[in-house]
Order: sequence, then structure tokens, then C-alpha cells
Amino acid sequence: MKLTYNIQGGDFTHAGHPSSEVKKVLKQLGIEGKTIKNIVIALYEAEVNVVAHAWKGVVDVEIDENKITVLVNDEGPGIPDIDLAMQAGYSTASDKVREMGFGAGMGLPNIKKNTDELLIETEIGKGTKVKMVNYFS
Amino acid sequence: MKVSELVEKLGLTVYSGRKGLDREITGGYVSDLLSDVMGNAREGEVWITLQVHQNVMAIASLKDLVAVVLVNNLEPPESTVRHSNEENIPLLGANFSTFEIAGKIYQILNP
Repeated sequence: MKLTYNIQGGDFTHAGHPSSEVKKVLKQLGIEGKTIKNIVIALYEAEVNVVAHAWKGVVDVEIDENKITVLVNDEGPGIPDIDLAMQAGYSTASDKVREMGFGAGMGLPNIKKNTDELLIETEIGKGTKVKMVNYFS
Repeated sequence: MKVSELVEKLGLTVYSGRKGLDREITGGYVSDLLSDVMGNAREGEVWITLQVHQNVMAIASLKDLVAVVLVNNLEPPESTVRHSNEENIPLLGANFSTFEIAGKIYQILNP
């Protein structure tokens, strides 16, 4: 099964829509609750990263018998130092984004913690590709 | 304890999401950092916060939280109210600070 969603940079009103849809589909498929929770956290954080930092992005979800693969590809500024970005508490979010309670530097650590596989490719000035895989138990 | 019982005991304002008032509360979580709630709050908890924008309801729904309690008499904007009604998750208001309301709810849930 394949699902695709578009994300617009700066559009916080729709942040969480793809996560919500994917959660519903996984529930219908009878996937274990813990696994759904992990995927929802990781996907939501990836969505918010696109909204907060990039210009636009696409979420591609592929659900197989034994795993879910989520690709979040954005056109955006890229991540200058991935190791630094992975550090809890490090953030480059704007003041406006922080005032909303986002930008606490917990997004990528949350993604790491809640995925079985995580791959991040980034190019400065072009964009970032995040691949997340979770296996069903 | 049901959300409606908590509302009654503490005299909370119900702004929206009345259809969810019958749900059982399993605990509470206090945070104004959204990623903290995404990462650490658990299903069935009430979320105490000063954030009033509609992303709060999106997170409450994704995390299967049973209610959101706004502190210090903060009032939610229309978009948050709408989202709360769509998700059937009660959006409540407290005339208490975060410290006070967290203490009161903790005491009620852990008599």
C-alpha cells in the first residue's frame, strides 16, 4: 500500500495531517499499538521539521507485510551539521516557532528513538531526505 | 476517573469537545514543549499546558490523550475549539497556575 502527502513550509495549521491519516490506516490494518505510536511520533516530528524549516515537502509511505517505510523529502535549506542536529536540545528554529512550543531540539532525537532504521541525506541549499523504517512485530 | 468528574471537582471550564467527557483518565502530563509531549505523554493522560494554538489538539489526538487543560484562565482561539470538537477531545480551562492545577489533579488521581 502506498500513500502520499504534500507539506507546505510554514503551514502549521495542517501539521499532523499525514501522521493522523497514517495512524488511521495502520489501526485499520491491525498493526500493534506500540508500533503505531512509534511511527506516529517519528512522522509527526519529520512533518514539523519540514513545516518549521523547509519550503515544501512530500511524505511517501509504503506499507508492506512486515514493515512501514516513510520517506520525507523536502526542498529546503538542508542541515549543515547532522551530528549537531541529532543532539537533544540543539535547534535552529525561529523565535516564532519556539513560542509555539516547537523547536526544542527534540525532533530528530525523537525520530531516532522511535524508528528501527533512520537515514538522513541532506544538501545545503537544496533539501533533506529522511528515510524511516519500522518493522511490525 | 472520568474527565467529567475532574471538571466537576475542580470547577474547570469546558470550552469544547464535550463528546469526550466520558473518557477515563489514566494520568497527567505537564509540558509546553510539543516534542516533549509527543515523545513522553501516554495514552489516556490529561495534558496541562499554556499553549493554546490548534497544534495542541493535533498532538492530543495523535497521542490519544483524553483532555487538554489550559492554565491561568487562558482562552483558546476559534481554530483550537473547532479542532477539539472534531476530535472529541475536551478542551478545558483552569483558573489556576500550572503548578496548582498539576498538584490538584495529581492528588485527585492518587488519593
